[in-house]
Amino acid sequence: MNANAARPRIGLFVTCLVDLLRPGVGFAAVKLLESAGCIVEVPGGQTCCGQPAYNSGDLSAARALAKQTIQAMESYDYVVLPSGSCAGTLRDYPRLLAVEPVWRQRAQELAERTFELTSFLVDVLGWDAVDAEFPATVTYHDSCAGLRQLGIKQQPRRLLAKVAGLDLRELRETEDCCGFGGTFCVKYPELSTRLADDKIADIEQTGARAVLGGDLGCLLHIAGRLHRRGSPVKAYHVAEVLAGMADQGIGEDKP
Amino acid sequence: MKSTAHLFPEQARAALTDENLQAALRFAKGGFIDKRAAAVARYPDFETLRERGRRIKDHTLAHLDVYLERFAAAVEARGGHVHWAPDAAAARSILLDICRRAGARTVIKGKTMVGEEIGVNAALEEAGLEVVETDLGEYIIQLAKEPPSHIIAPAVHKTRAQICKLFAEHHGSPDTLREAPELVAEARRVLREKFLAADVGITGGNFLVAETGTVVLVTNEGNGDLCLTLPRVHVVLAGIEKLVPTLDDAATMVRLLVRSATGQDISTYTTFITGARRQDEADGPDEYHMVLLDNGRSRMLGDEFREMLRCIRCGSCLNHCPVYNAVGGHAYGWVYPGPMGSVLTPQIIGLDATKDLPNACTLNGRCQEICPVKIPLPDLLRRLRALQFERGLIRGPQCWALRLWGWLARRPALYHGLTALIARLSPRGAARRLPLDSGWTQSRDFPLPQRTTFQRAWSRQAKEERRHD
Repeated sequence: MNANAARPRIGLFVTCLVDLLRPGVGFAAVKLLESAGCIVEVPGGQTCCGQPAYNSGDLSAARALAKQTIQAMESYDYVVLPSGSCAGTLRDYPRLLAVEPVWRQRAQELAERTFELTSFLVDVLGWDAVDAEFPATVTYHDSCAGLRQLGIKQQPRRLLAKVAGLDLRELRETEDCCGFGGTFCVKYPELSTRLADDKIADIEQTGARAVLGGDLGCLLHIAGRLHRRGSPVKAYHVAEVLAGMADQGIGEDKP
Repeated sequence: MKSTAHLFPEQARAALTDENLQAALRFAKGGFIDKRAAAVARYPDFETLRERGRRIKDHTLAHLDVYLERFAAAVEARGGHVHWAPDAAAARSILLDICRRAGARTVIKGKTMVGEEIGVNAALEEAGLEVVETDLGEYIIQLAKEPPSHIIAPAVHKTRAQICKLFAEHHGSPDTLREAPELVAEARRVLREKFLAADVGITGGNFLVAETGTVVLVTNEGNGDLCLTLPRVHVVLAGIEKLVPTLDDAATMVRLLVRSATGQDISTYTTFITGARRQDEADGPDEYHMVLLDNGRSRMLGDEFREMLRCIRCGSCLNHCPVYNAVGGHAYGWVYPGPMGSVLTPQIIGLDATKDLPNACTLNGRCQEICPVKIPLPDLLRRLRALQFERGLIRGPQCWALRLWGWLARRPALYHGLTALIARLSPRGAARRLPLDSGWTQSRDFPLPQRTTFQRAWSRQAKEERRHD
């Protein structure tokens, strides 16, 4: 028997935001997946899942990117993404490609093997042997796509409970949107900012030193607003904390 | 009602800095959400109820022609008059005609969103009739000469202080800050006279029952019942999508509606109306009219927006929408605000005049999660965005940026080369300003790349490992 038979081969879909703006999240994901016994590969044929095009009505670009992603990722046992909303987009590919039967089938097969990182570790692998330390009071922002489309709520919390020194205090309104919303945040900046301010007020009332989350889009938006307001609260992707790789907060590294 | 939906961005910005509005919205938000959550939790299996509601509506819509005919026949068999209004103008002229023939001078109204949709008040007033809204919220905004800002709580945007001031102006009552029960009593006193003087009563209908020709009307103030019993003529105004097959189905839908709308187990008044006063009855009108409005609905029945016709107007999607809660209903610029309005309004008044509505949404999905009839609102908004894109309604630099990015993302080698270059050349930290951007950095710093992309760092690491092997 092949020694690797029990070790699932993971195609890591890094996501375009992590790739360009926060590579450490990708490395944290790799570390966690390898600790959980996976073989991790990062196919170079990936760029973006197509979510911005999908949500902006440019379906032909969204379909082209869906097909590109399917081709790049379909040879793996699982596709794992450090993002609920991008994972949700891959899960939506069968609908996006509904009128093309062959592609729809390929999309369906891929969607069934596609998972957000914390959900993959907990729900699929049943793994929670986190070996990390983060001695601080933190709070957690549930990103909407992960929460509602994929049912991600307990998974990151179960893993964070294993982080030494970490004290998680919940927001009052854990289900409220932070106002990122993809292109929404630049189309309607005042509205988006107002929602961020509501979220930040909620974060601050917990007394947390850091806000964690599973989607870099929301985190960039929250961190960007925290930074502009001069708040001492830092933002991290949950994978960075779980992998013991949470150093400088998002947008905090020295120029 | 004239639409100002094309001014959404300006109206939303103004709403964000309107202190009275913000105070009123903050006051309302938690109440709606908490009461609904408690009512849903008290019900043994709300999810099953939702599914049953969805099926009832889908089945009815699939056979709407049959049920409409059955309903109309049942109404007529009881002596009621049925009027078919293909559009708003037709509905207005039908109503005007009914009022004229009745020799009416005063018309009282229960709350009806379809009435707002067709602009009935303005049309009747123009013809010299006195029109009085009798739902407290509707009455308040009628005094203020404003449209409703919420489909079940039309004056939710008003603070108590503003209402006191309005009443002082119109009733000559003292201009001081008074408690709600006192204001209610005063409105009741004023309205009671109107009820007794009215010739025609117009109400909406929450559900139309095909098997019996019954209209089910849900209210909390009892004003609806006075509108339909005191005047000589009662007119029900409803969209054709309000049909349900049986009384049992209506009971299911009422259970869903009241829990979702106000978090009650049952509304204070749930009235079943089946025609005018019969010979052996003490109360009720002499004449009974049913006006059924299409106004774009039959077209929706045949296109990709049919699911929107399941809507039972509970307003729950408004209450759970972060955008609605931040700006209120008037920013949306027409009769129906919030998520349901952002889907419905473009269907009724056109996509060109409403181009912001489908976009002013974060796609957070909470509306779909709580919708009593499981309308996939975010998907329908996405479909509207796709229609806008197809028809070239989305323009400007953001559109070009998106296209350029889409083009680049389809060329992985070029994409990775270029992003790695950007990451290398970019300063670090967070930018207070970005070239070609105003949207993000006007209120947020932008976290910048960290010298390398993940892909570049990963392949470099892989190369190192090969060398060591």
